[in-house]
Amino acid sequence: MNSFFYSILLVDFSPLKPDFGLLFWSSVFFLLFWFLIGKMAFKPIVKALKDRQDEIQSSLDAAKDARAEMSNLKAENEKILAEAREEKMNIIKEAKESATIVIAEARDKAKEEAQRLLQQANLDIENAKKAAMVDVKNEIGKMALQIAEKVIRKELADKPANVDYVNKLVNEVKDN
Amino acid sequence: MKQFKILFLFLFIGIGRTFSQDNSLSTNNSLAQHESHEVQNPAAPGHEAANQEPSHSGSSPAAHESHKFDPKETAFHHISDLNVYSIGPWNFPLPCILYAPSKGWSVFSSGRFQIDDNHHGTGQKIVDGYVLNKGRINRIKANEFPAGEVALDEIITKKETVSGKEKEQDYAMAQGREWLLDKPSTADGGLFGGGITSFYDFSITKNVLSMLLVFALLAWVFLSMAGNYKKAPGTAPKGAQLLMEPLILFIQDEVAKPFLGPKWERFLPLLLAIFFFVLGLNLFGQIPFFGGSNVTGNLSFTLVIALISFIIVNVNGNKHYWEHVFWMPGIPAWVKIILTPVEVLGVLIKPVTLTLRLFANITAGHMAILIFICLIFVFGNSGANTGAGIGASIGSGLLTVFMMSIELLVAFIQAFVFTLLTASYIGAATEEHHADANHH
Repeated sequence: MNSFFYSILLVDFSPLKPDFGLLFWSSVFFLLFWFLIGKMAFKPIVKALKDRQDEIQSSLDAAKDARAEMSNLKAENEKILAEAREEKMNIIKEAKESATIVIAEARDKAKEEAQRLLQQANLDIENAKKAAMVDVKNEIGKMALQIAEKVIRKELADKPANVDYVNKLVNEVKDN
Repeated sequence: MKQFKILFLFLFIGIGRTFSQDNSLSTNNSLAQHESHEVQNPAAPGHEAANQEPSHSGSSPAAHESHKFDPKETAFHHISDLNVYSIGPWNFPLPCILYAPSKGWSVFSSGRFQIDDNHHGTGQKIVDGYVLNKGRINRIKANEFPAGEVALDEIITKKETVSGKEKEQDYAMAQGREWLLDKPSTADGGLFGGGITSFYDFSITKNVLSMLLVFALLAWVFLSMAGNYKKAPGTAPKGAQLLMEPLILFIQDEVAKPFLGPKWERFLPLLLAIFFFVLGLNLFGQIPFFGGSNVTGNLSFTLVIALISFIIVNVNGNKHYWEHVFWMPGIPAWVKIILTPVEVLGVLIKPVTLTLRLFANITAGHMAILIFICLIFVFGNSGANTGAGIGASIGSGLLTVFMMSIELLVAFIQAFVFTLLTASYIGAATEEHHADANHH
């Protein structure tokens, strides 16, 4: 075992020996890489990636907001539409109701008017009838009187008692 | 499709050239080396000391015949850091930046070593006392070695006992004598067989070049991405953005936010830097036929990242965190005395586990693939047994494909785990104290 170990060590296994030159150049290149590329490339790249991520996130958020807003708008529109429909129905209903009321009122009024006109007419007719009756009575009285005058003139000369009787008759007629 | 065909053709020509050269040239070289060595043997009779006999027998004619393919050495060579970038048969020289306290700085191209076309990448010249030994720069320890270019005859390896430990020592043969070679200084303090030697290697090695390439690629991708966001904000992502955004968001949302709470934004650049740098290097190391660089499978690299994570964790640790480490509230004093060393050890072990986990996973993956490939040569008896070689190629090929798919997964998992653990350590150190008497 020991001899095997030595035989391994005997070969110049140089990768295991930290060589000063390689230590120096490794430090130089790594530090250069870290500082130079870190500052000039990694920082801007990471920043750009972060910016892009933020932008994508904000765009997604904005899209989501827009979608939410749109669905809100749609709901609102539908609500407004429903309200309008209801309003329409109400208006139509009210209109119908008021129309029936108006028609009923008009009918009543017309009936009343007709009634009134009819009464008036009846009254007028009554009055006219009365007036006509009076006229007719008067005319008939006059005519009877004239007739009676004539008859009486012919007979009166002889019977004043007739004259009174005639007058009494005339009065009776008048009372009628 | 056509491009793929051309690519494959190119790769196969490359592999073919590599192995044909490996065989022919290595035999030529070893013969040449062997001859020159024999000539020198009488000139240096003192080297025939009894304890050095094994190494010399290593280059004797009989041993040369038995110098076969060594899978262990091949595997270790391929996962090591090198001063030359080998892609297929081509060796691309890299800049060498070397510091020897006794001689000062030396800067030159590793092309000056005149790397042989042998795949092992050993130089044929000694430059200012430096030698390219199997792709890695070594230095001739003796300061009196002349500066400038000197021909290198060969490099021999001897088993020696140095301060009670058996150790392999490389010697350069030049100017008619042997020169002891020093490996580059390492920071392990002798723990893994390294330590401070006569020189330091700050060269742009294969691993450093890989880091540079990955750094440039990632910088280009991320800077152009950041530019896109700035140029056209608020547009749909395209191109690299589509590939990288999920990864960035994954680290941000699954790692940074859950572990760091409201402070995630402050530490996110560090977490992203760790994740992408480690991931990039993990994946870069797995490109086949592309040098197979093994940066994240090298302790130096993982140690640096783990130390940076350790520093960040402890610099940001709040009162609550330190209280829990040094004087855990709500338990008897005698338990505290036992618990405090354990907690302090826990703080120190965290970066060690980070270092070793990434290193071991990536190295193991590279090793497994290399060993499967090596099996072809073991079964094929280095070309002597073609039938077995073909059989092993099919088996090893399938195993390698399987292993590579797993390694792709491991590349992501290890980068993620490193980031996740760093985040959780930072999170634990910066967590606000809850008014909970039983909480500890």
